[in-house]
Amino acid sequence: MATINAAGFPLLSLVTFLPLLGVVILATLRGEEAAVAQNARWTALWSSLLTAAMSVLIWTRFDPSVSGYQFQESVAWLPDYGVGYRMGVDGISALFVLLATLLTPLCVLASWDSIRVRVREYMMAFLILETMMVGMFCATDFLLFYMFFEGVLIPMYIIIGVWGGPRRVYASMKFFLYTFAGSVLMLLALLAMWHQAGTTDISVLLHTNFPPAMQTWLFLALLASFAVKVPMWPVHTWLPDAHVEAPTAGSVILAGVLLKMGAYGFLRFSVPMLPEAAALFQPVMFTLGVVAVIYTSLVALAQADMKKLIAYSSVAHMGVVVIGIFTFNQQGIDGALFQMLSHGVVSAALFLCVGVIYDRMHTRDIARYGGLADRMPAYALVFMLFTMASIGLPGTAGFVGEFLVLVGAFRVNFWLALLGSAGMVLGAAYMLYLYRRVVFGKITRDDLKAILDLSPREMAVFAPLVVLTLWMGIYPSSFTGVFDASTGALVQGHEQAMRAVATMHYAGATP
Amino acid sequence: MNWDAAIPEIFLGVAGMVILLIGVLQKKDDATLSTMLVLGAFAGAFVLVLQTPAQAAYNGLFVADAFASYAKVLILAGGALTAILSLDYNARQGIARFEFPVLMLFSTVGMMTMASAASLMTLYMGLELQSLAIYVLAAFARDDVRSSEAGLKYFVLSALASGLLLYGISLTYGFAGTMEFAKLPQAVTGASEVSTGLMVGIAFVIAGLAFKLSAVPFHMWTPDVYEGAPSPVTAFMSTAPKVAPFVVLLRVLIGPFGHVSLQWQPIIELVSVASMLLGSFAAIGQSNIKRLMAYSSIGHMGYALVGLAPGTESGVRGVLVYLLTYVAMSAGAFACIVAMRRRGRAVETIADLAGLAKTDLPLASLLTIFMFSMAGIPPLAGFFGKLYVFLAAVQAGLWPLAIIGVLTSVVACFYYIRIIKVMFFDAPAPAFDARAPSVSFVAIAAGAFTLFFVLVLGPATGAAAAAAKVLFG
Repeated sequence: MATINAAGFPLLSLVTFLPLLGVVILATLRGEEAAVAQNARWTALWSSLLTAAMSVLIWTRFDPSVSGYQFQESVAWLPDYGVGYRMGVDGISALFVLLATLLTPLCVLASWDSIRVRVREYMMAFLILETMMVGMFCATDFLLFYMFFEGVLIPMYIIIGVWGGPRRVYASMKFFLYTFAGSVLMLLALLAMWHQAGTTDISVLLHTNFPPAMQTWLFLALLASFAVKVPMWPVHTWLPDAHVEAPTAGSVILAGVLLKMGAYGFLRFSVPMLPEAAALFQPVMFTLGVVAVIYTSLVALAQADMKKLIAYSSVAHMGVVVIGIFTFNQQGIDGALFQMLSHGVVSAALFLCVGVIYDRMHTRDIARYGGLADRMPAYALVFMLFTMASIGLPGTAGFVGEFLVLVGAFRVNFWLALLGSAGMVLGAAYMLYLYRRVVFGKITRDDLKAILDLSPREMAVFAPLVVLTLWMGIYPSSFTGVFDASTGALVQGHEQAMRAVATMHYAGATP
Repeated sequence: MNWDAAIPEIFLGVAGMVILLIGVLQKKDDATLSTMLVLGAFAGAFVLVLQTPAQAAYNGLFVADAFASYAKVLILAGGALTAILSLDYNARQGIARFEFPVLMLFSTVGMMTMASAASLMTLYMGLELQSLAIYVLAAFARDDVRSSEAGLKYFVLSALASGLLLYGISLTYGFAGTMEFAKLPQAVTGASEVSTGLMVGIAFVIAGLAFKLSAVPFHMWTPDVYEGAPSPVTAFMSTAPKVAPFVVLLRVLIGPFGHVSLQWQPIIELVSVASMLLGSFAAIGQSNIKRLMAYSSIGHMGYALVGLAPGTESGVRGVLVYLLTYVAMSAGAFACIVAMRRRGRAVETIADLAGLAKTDLPLASLLTIFMFSMAGIPPLAGFFGKLYVFLAAVQAGLWPLAIIGVLTSVVACFYYIRIIKVMFFDAPAPAFDARAPSVSFVAIAAGAFTLFFVLVLGPATGAAAAAAKVLFG
């Protein structure tokens, strides 16, 4: 009973599994090591570019006026148990598919010269990772989602552990065990929901009424998993370690896509499926979000390692996202989604900026730099654009998301908005401080005097990110338009559920 | 009398004796021919198992049904894979005698008899045949002190467990008046309340079988015997001889004692939780990979028991899928361990695996697949076994079991991925000797099954469900 979507062919499955074709080709490469490495780079680049082109097709053929799933595919898998291979994208997930497939070829390019050992295996790991990420955003079956969600761990663990920095073993183990511990609790929630609804079809689960007491437990179990992934304070500590030790491209994917998985989980499961528990935990989530924003911003201010600083800033930005999601209003959730996308682009770009000078100097120590503007004007310009975007300067991608979230937060609570906006002030402080120490000033170190500006390959990596950052900042409706209908439905669904609860309470009070 | 219900067992038994004769007439003491013949006999038995119609036979002592067939397929697969492993290992260790595969064959006959047992007496006969062959196999490297020790230790402790089991059977017989599974339920439910003697009998039967499963607290022998026995024997012990007692346990507890599930459930829960905890925590400190696998198998039996605890059809289905994935992962992991040889000697510490990804990427990748699968990471096979048993526990409201299960799997995950870490991230140790094609074959076959199990999940679940249905009539 396979039903294939209206497009006539399984577009989403194609986008998801196309990178695996690249993996198969990579596995069959033979010859001398240098030749294999070069062929592996090109194979990975072409298969990821092809995947990106296919996902652009999703974007262009996506109908933004529909709030439900599009391009749906459904194949019976375990029909007796209500499990199916179900794929589909709605406004919430469509752009993440685009983000993931866009960042992967950039990662391949960014690793072109910096990865010299076991290039083929590295590229295979990245393509497998791409399949897992895209599959996770496309899955409309909870079990399928879980499989992709967990499957991401395997290639990422290997990427950090094999091609990472000096403390890579510690960082990769910590990354794996933290996220795995969270995920198994989500597995319990999955089993309970499966048992209750008799299916793992997300569109059915959305309309299943879970009893309030059960919702609380389910919410907590899902929170354990998503909070680690977001990451939310206080379970964020794996992130700085993983970021610092991961190779540049690993950091890019980690910040660009993997961090979005947790927040995506909130939007896909916690909020729409467990509306009462989500409302119950709203203050807790706000508190954790605000703490993340202020505390990790302060921590970022004190960092001497560039990657660590950006890693902490990621935690702060994701705190804003969490606040936005749990405002349960259109502005907040739109803002959160936009912030996720813009952070995906901007933080990825910032890690690439660090990678550029790390490749040249092999240090991420801020104190080792200074005065780069003299020698690397193009780099200074690019870095400045992304710094501004990270701060949230109007006209760049970062502004729209934060602004919308704060508007949403204002509608809920003045103090929430005030504390949330403190993050913007602190963000400006640590980013400008970083930029000043690295780019401005006089060149004091001899080895910096010979440093080279961006190569054409690096320009090619940054060009799409620069365009996107400005595009998202200047004309955000091309992106908000995609998800407006879906978030609108989400907000409406939540309001309806809350009204139903209120009526029930009212009916209960006056029998 | 419909004697043909036992045709696969009869065929295997006769084939075993014929192969023994051929072995004696051989000029050279060589195991290759007899191993090939045994593999042929396994293949023949496999076909016969699939063709045997469902029926009860021998005056209610023996039964052939979908449940037994499912178990027999697993047992034969486990036996065949490990027999292939023994080919090269035994030759290199200088213990390649023709009796080795024949002993495996007789043990397999015993296990198949257990799977088809319809009476406690048949069960005991099968169990003893299985165990007697394994005592000899464990001590097969007779010039090796550790192997002799393993054989002796297994013999003494296993004899004790057999005694317990026999005692339990005699108590059950004494209080119920019958040993046939078909008649036990009336005897059990006939009285207004279950007699204490019968309960003690059930407890002893469970204890005897739990020993064979190496479930806590009857696990003490496992690490030593696993470490001491020749690696193919360890591989054999951790696959088929785990399946047979488990399916017997399922058949006995769900069938004749299904009505008193409230009485045996706490025992199973306790054994399961203890096995999961010990299996995950005690493995962390191990430096010998065979000992680590011993604790790992203790843990796996604990997870599989989670599926038995609810006593539901969905739980039995989960256990059957779990056993299927477990046999594949275990055979594959031991194939990798058999491949660990350096300068003609078998090495077996985890440190010997250091940097394997640099010296032998295919082997490292295969072992990585097995380790991730044992840790229960989707989309590998091991995940689905865990998924089903935990689902059964959740459906029955056994939350403590499910929660302890997932948390211990995080702990267990630590030592599984530590092996991956050693292989991929550490500085390389000297390369291993070249592998025999037979070892590569087992590793690749099991690896492909583990990796692509997700594609055959539907049919596999269907087969397990059909088998589970038999027990619930």
